[in-house]
Amino acid sequence: MTLLTHPETWITDHEIPVGTWSTDFVNFVKNNFQGFFDGLSNVLGFLLDGTTSILHAVPALLLIVIFAALTYVFKKSWRMALFVFLALLFILNQGYWDRTLETISLIVYATLACMAIGVPIGIAAAHRPALYRVLRPVLDMMQTLPTFVYLIPTLVLFGLGSVPGLISAIVFVVPTPIRLTYIGISNVPRPLIEAGQAFGASPTELLWKVEIPAALPTILAGLTQVIMLSLSMVVIAALVGAGGLGEPVVEAMETVQIGKGFTSGLAIVIVAVILDRVFRPSQESTNA
Amino acid sequence: MSFAAKFEAVDILFPGSADRGARGRMTMALAELDAGKTRNDIIGSTGIVVGAADVNLEVEQGEIFVLMGLSGSGKTTVLRALNGLNTISRGRITIRHGDELVDMSNPPPATLRRLRNQAVSMVFQQFALLPWRTVRRNVELGLELRKMKPAEMRASVDQWLDRVGLLQWADKHASELSGGMQQRVGLARALVTNPDILLMDEPFSALDPLIRNKLQDELLQLQRTVQKTIIFVTHDLDEALKIGNRIAIMKDGRVIQVGKPEDIVLRPATDYVAEFVAHMNPLTAIRAASLMRPIGALRAPDGAHHFNDNQDYALHLDNSGQLIALHRDGAAAPFHQPQPGVRCPQGSTGIVTGQHLLKDIVEIRQQTTRPVLVADNGRIVGCIGTTEILDALTQAGRADYRDNTAATN
Ligand SMILES: Nc1ncnc2c1ncn2[C@@H]1O[C@H](COP(=O)(O)OP(=O)(O)O)[C@@H](O)[C@H]1O
Ligand SMILES: [Mg+2]
Repeated sequence: MTLLTHPETWITDHEIPVGTWSTDFVNFVKNNFQGFFDGLSNVLGFLLDGTTSILHAVPALLLIVIFAALTYVFKKSWRMALFVFLALLFILNQGYWDRTLETISLIVYATLACMAIGVPIGIAAAHRPALYRVLRPVLDMMQTLPTFVYLIPTLVLFGLGSVPGLISAIVFVVPTPIRLTYIGISNVPRPLIEAGQAFGASPTELLWKVEIPAALPTILAGLTQVIMLSLSMVVIAALVGAGGLGEPVVEAMETVQIGKGFTSGLAIVIVAVILDRVFRPSQESTNA
Repeated sequence: MSFAAKFEAVDILFPGSADRGARGRMTMALAELDAGKTRNDIIGSTGIVVGAADVNLEVEQGEIFVLMGLSGSGKTTVLRALNGLNTISRGRITIRHGDELVDMSNPPPATLRRLRNQAVSMVFQQFALLPWRTVRRNVELGLELRKMKPAEMRASVDQWLDRVGLLQWADKHASELSGGMQQRVGLARALVTNPDILLMDEPFSALDPLIRNKLQDELLQLQRTVQKTIIFVTHDLDEALKIGNRIAIMKDGRVIQVGKPEDIVLRPATDYVAEFVAHMNPLTAIRAASLMRPIGALRAPDGAHHFNDNQDYALHLDNSGQLIALHRDGAAAPFHQPQPGVRCPQGSTGIVTGQHLLKDIVEIRQQTTRPVLVADNGRIVGCIGTTEILDALTQAGRADYRDNTAATN
């Protein structure tokens, strides 16, 4: 059988082993850096599960009151604090309290990690156009790649549990703070930069005293988006055993339980609304 | 008097893109510049913009030196070379910082930062205040970058806020202030570091005319006490003449004339400068000393000085030139020194200084209905009648007027 006589058969017979290569690559990474991934997995797992356990240790009603009080402190609004109080009571009533705590831990760590990784990379990219040219297609790919594609290697490297859920959330979410920080820092008005320079600021001083404060509204807008995007990963995270509010959704789907599907979905929406209201920058702080 | 800043054969070229051929293009552009090619030729053949070419200037300590020219003539380019916001392609810039002379031609970063922080500060056209900071925190910027503690800088910051009249606004955000007030903050921010040289790039252009005028007056008032070396950029000849001790006129990146305001007005070096002068407002630009008829031209056979066309006035001066008596039609006539804001008595001749502006003289002439005398330290040096005023108003900047006044000046 030759290329000339049966071209189609020839082409399918000579499959380029892309799949094998990627398997080999993931295995290579696993075999050679197992220690690193195990270590990372242990640390992250300890933090995540530890935080969940601490939250568990607090009586649910007390925690609900604390959350409502924090809302009041941040937002100075009785109505919003009351809303948070009632909404969380409803979640408790529907039996999703423990799941909600797991989800909160996941969101907290995903957000911290994304901001800690994303903001410095965004700043570096804004200062180095060449870096951004390389970065942009990578970020595009991270956001367009179906989540399941990188869920599998994450599973292989980190095993089942909360950690692969966190890692997948980070991969999906981190392009957002990178992009928004990049935009914020790149758009600092030229005269402000020059004012800083003209008074003798070093590059580091310029960053802390001019660029970051000027870009702060954009960076904070990124923070809000990061929180919401992390929440959007809860169902995916549940598929790899991360627990949380995604788990009842997945169960309801597998066993076709309409009621459970609806209530667990509602719980996710409630958490989303709370986070959005509490963390969206108020009009006042965006203007300042 | 020693210089505060000196430019020696400075060229500033903007390479545009920093690609691989940039260096080669730069060498070529410099060669073309030396060969006498124009800016347009050079941008056509190399893509390089000549921001400033062959600039030679010496700015004296304590003077207000104005860079004047149309938009794109290179004023900002030259100004920004003094604090390293623009790097120079060739030549040398030296500034005096305290007792030391510092070479500002592309110094190492640490030196540059020190000089920016201590020797040269800047006021920006669009104010460039940090909008998230309060007025006080904006003024603190330079001192904060010196790593000074807030408590240490408080006194000098508040003193400057007071001097620009904004102490009550100290805790407001910069963005809550009007344009004029914001620029006062800009001025306080620049002066609180006690710099050797203050750079001002069209600082008042963004303000409406009334406020602009007020800030010009405030700057002149301030300068009387601080005596800074100020380099001031403007595209407005009236502003240049009002503010400047000396003016450099720029065109296409080159300095085409440097001189005192009256040199620029009365002896424009080229037709280009003359064209500018023809469009200025003579009322606020020409001073008594330049438009008066000098006393020497007035001596009459009887030993008295007759200073009007009808010869009906006579001045009697003592040996040192002081006015002893004034006669009109043979009878003694009154005279006085006009005070700002006080109406002159009708019929009494006003005696002004050489610094009085044409607009003041017109007003005095109007109120007294008499010619105006010009005195220098009590010595009568000239007179101004209707003829001189009309000449100045209608002919300032014209070649024949220039030649006449220049001859007697
Ligand atoms: N950073 C720059 N890069 C390229 N060209 C510049 C730059 N800055 C100024 N120029 C050019 O240099 C010339 C002089 O500009 P400038 O000094 O700003 O003029 P002015 O202040 O007198 O209006 C202009 O043609 C301008 O386009
Ligand atoms: Mg300019």
